[in-house]
Amino acid sequence: MIGRRVAKGIYAIWYRETKRFLRDRSRWLGLILQPLLYLMLVGYGISASMSFRQAPTGMHVNYVTFMYPGIIGMSVLFMSIFSAVGMIWDREFGFLKEVLVAPVPRWAVAVGKALGITTIVVVQTAMLLLMAPLAHLPLGLAMAAQTLAVGALTGFVLGCLGIVIASRMSTMESFQLVMNVLTMPMFFLSGALYPLRGLPHWLSVLAHIDPLTYGVDALRNAVYGQGEAARALVQYPLSVDVAVLAVMAVVFALLGAMLFERQE
Amino acid sequence: MPEDRTIAPPAMIEVDALTKRFGELTAVDEVSFTVDAGEIFGFLGPNGAGKTTTIKILATLMAPTSGRASIAGFDVKRKPLRVRESIGLVFQDNSLDDRLTAFENLYIHALLYDLPRAVFAKRAEELLRLVDLYDRRNGLIRTFSGGMRRRLEIARGLLHHPKVFFLDEPTLGLDPQTRNAIWQHVRALRTETGATVFMTTHYLDEAENCNRIAIIDHGRIVALGTPDELKRRVGGDVLVVVSPHQASLAVAVAERYGVEVQQTKEDLRFEVEHGPSFVPRLTGDFPGDIASVSVHRPTLDDVFLKLTGHAIREETTSPMDQVRANVRAMRRRS
Ligand SMILES: Nc1ncnc2c1ncn2[C@@H]1O[C@H](COP(=O)(O)OP(=O)(O)OP(=O)(O)O)[C@@H](O)[C@H]1O
Ligand SMILES: [Mg+2]
Repeated sequence: MIGRRVAKGIYAIWYRETKRFLRDRSRWLGLILQPLLYLMLVGYGISASMSFRQAPTGMHVNYVTFMYPGIIGMSVLFMSIFSAVGMIWDREFGFLKEVLVAPVPRWAVAVGKALGITTIVVVQTAMLLLMAPLAHLPLGLAMAAQTLAVGALTGFVLGCLGIVIASRMSTMESFQLVMNVLTMPMFFLSGALYPLRGLPHWLSVLAHIDPLTYGVDALRNAVYGQGEAARALVQYPLSVDVAVLAVMAVVFALLGAMLFERQE
Repeated sequence: MPEDRTIAPPAMIEVDALTKRFGELTAVDEVSFTVDAGEIFGFLGPNGAGKTTTIKILATLMAPTSGRASIAGFDVKRKPLRVRESIGLVFQDNSLDDRLTAFENLYIHALLYDLPRAVFAKRAEELLRLVDLYDRRNGLIRTFSGGMRRRLEIARGLLHHPKVFFLDEPTLGLDPQTRNAIWQHVRALRTETGATVFMTTHYLDEAENCNRIAIIDHGRIVALGTPDELKRRVGGDVLVVVSPHQASLAVAVAERYGVEVQQTKEDLRFEVEHGPSFVPRLTGDFPGDIASVSVHRPTLDDVFLKLTGHAIREETTSPMDQVRANVRAMRRRS
């Protein structure tokens, strides 16, 4: 019964991923403290010292309100890439061998990993939603549901991207490289902290292929709901963001499964 | 003429001219052997001999450069999933998730191998008791000692009742007491599950636990047989002589008695038919050259030394050897 095997294999990897997360207190703490610090220090700091000019004239939008979905995006980015790249760690410390030698197709292992990361990201997004009042945003049921769904999709895309990278790398040194040359630029180019206007052409091209650009924009759409702020601060309609993310999800998932299948 | 119809037990592992190259280096060189069902088969060889590489190929973790291999009738290249179903492994280095508990590690294994829940619960308890870890089943692996981890890995490898059980240096780095305990577990578990065991080691005394042994050096099998057969390759007794001027004595002894003298770092060794009666002759012939002499029945150490010309435990080469090797390598390049 290959179907049941695949399902149980996916579940095994998912179980491990989430179990490890639940047990790791420091990750929980980082999960809450880091975004909170950003929101407080950067957000309040900037909004107190400068006026935010992106909002249309006559409309008051606090910078913290602008930044808050960006902070969710940032947390999703770091969590998913960090978790996926943990595979390099698994390879170095042996657990990956136990998985690779099991009678489960390798692509199923990659899928389990991606779903595990997605689950963790949903939990994370739920915790971050509780900070909405700090950003002067009302917490609603529809808004929460949309934000969680969009967060999950973004987490899945970035998790798969992380798996693609991790299956091509074998040492922890390369992990540092990934963090510096990929994750940080992805973050700054995504529009999480400031609206991207008037970028040089090549940077704007990069911003347009940055998955996080669409992730953050989708989060803004979801968090602001139908209010005035939404129309002023988002780049694309939610449907466009979701469509782009969905295409990226399929591409990265296929690529990740393929590369994972091929490693020795 | 009617043929002999006795049915031989089916071969569980069949390896034919298996070769693995890493660039210039041939890690496994035209290796061929078969292992029958229920056998304990040992790969004995020094560091870098190609033991782990062979296991990786047999376990479908690595593709061979050439040659073929099959496990339980399934070709490792064409039917990797069927091979993986049939085998259990204990890797040379740790492969447990140290952030999880012993029980959770077993549970993940059960999921990966599609064990029904009830079967898993029963076997997990049995195996954990057998390796004396039942009381620690909810302990995090991070808090386990090396020996405990090894025992748990052995239990985990057997959880799905593999037909062939691979153990890559299962007792490396463990104290003698733990090594003995692990051997007892392996034998007990094997009797219980009837698995075929393929193990590697560079402890010769451990290799004596095997039904048959292949001695491997530089990727090649240099001898294959039961421990007794291999020991019979060394004729008679082994004399071990420690001397202040080892090199000159070696030459003199070889000339005088027409024997082949093997030199190791600490001593020189040669074989004679009857050791005890030879000692007085030796000390009489070379007074002043001999610091000590001892006699023993041949061990696998002696077999290894005789077949390969070097002792298995000499893991580091002397600085002079290193220089010679470098010079040779330079000549080859130019
Ligand atoms: N992935 C690899 N790339 C390049 N060379 C390799 C690779 N894996 C193994 N080798 C080389 O192949 C040779 C055989 O290695 P192998 O690990 O099989 O030895 P071993 O018999 O298991 O040794 P040990 O007793 O130290 O475990 C060694 O010279 C090793 O350096
Ligand atoms: Mg090895």
